[in-house]
Amino acid sequence: MKLGIVVNEGPYTHQASDSAYQFAKAAIDKGHEVFRVFFYHDGVNNGTRLTVPPQDERNIQKNWTELAAQSNVDLVVCIAAAQRRGILDENEAKRQGKDADNIAPGFRISGLGQLIEAGIEADRLVTFGD
Amino acid sequence: MAMDEAGGAPGAAKKFLYVNRKAPYGTIYALESLEVVLIGAAFEQDVQLAFLDDGVYQIVKNQSTDAIGAKNFSPTYKALGDYEVTKLYVEAEALEERGLTADDLMEITFEDEDDDWAEKPSINIVSRADMAKIMSEQDVILSF
Repeated sequence: MKLGIVVNEGPYTHQASDSAYQFAKAAIDKGHEVFRVFFYHDGVNNGTRLTVPPQDERNIQKNWTELAAQSNVDLVVCIAAAQRRGILDENEAKRQGKDADNIAPGFRISGLGQLIEAGIEADRLVTFGD
Repeated sequence: MAMDEAGGAPGAAKKFLYVNRKAPYGTIYALESLEVVLIGAAFEQDVQLAFLDDGVYQIVKNQSTDAIGAKNFSPTYKALGDYEVTKLYVEAEALEERGLTADDLMEITFEDEDDDWAEKPSINIVSRADMAKIMSEQDVILSF
């Protein structure tokens, strides 16, 4: 089955991102295709490479980055939600006149159309959030 | 449910339901839900909105955000008709539980191109049971 996944909460405060990650991994292991993971609302905060969780804790951002590298999963951060919350890639940082970017490897910033497209293209769109 | 049911024929419009469950200003979900609806309108899908739980407060009339420093985005709901988003379902029980009636809601209308552009109400108040039925008929549900 072709799956789309939506993550609506940031890392650590809520379990949503962890659950979405576990779900995506399990689905891929079972032979399903994860067409896209779309990060919206505070979910965009999963895409910063600047988090430094304690060493004996899971690193949620790294989990996603590794999943993207291993399984070629498309991780998309909503641009409008990201701009509100300070998640920028190099292009956006330049365009907005900011002195740094923080997007994590494996993530890309794009528009809400990518969410709608995931709904259209996927057999099932599964949302994680409160 | 068979897996191919959701997609229908290739290229056919899917039924999208945006479920609004939260009050308009305590969190950003309502505003960012509306942003998805507006962007999604360009994709020519079959779009419905549902308002239940505290989500019914999103379309209450005479909203003012002066005291909280947030943008009052409620006028945008009135523009949904221009985006061909014309089916808004409001749960009757959610209104009743909050002491609200249909008269407390904004007048949201659309011009029906199949009926000589007659202006018609977009809001349909439905029972909880009917809302469940509406949800069961969707291909994609985005809940905010």
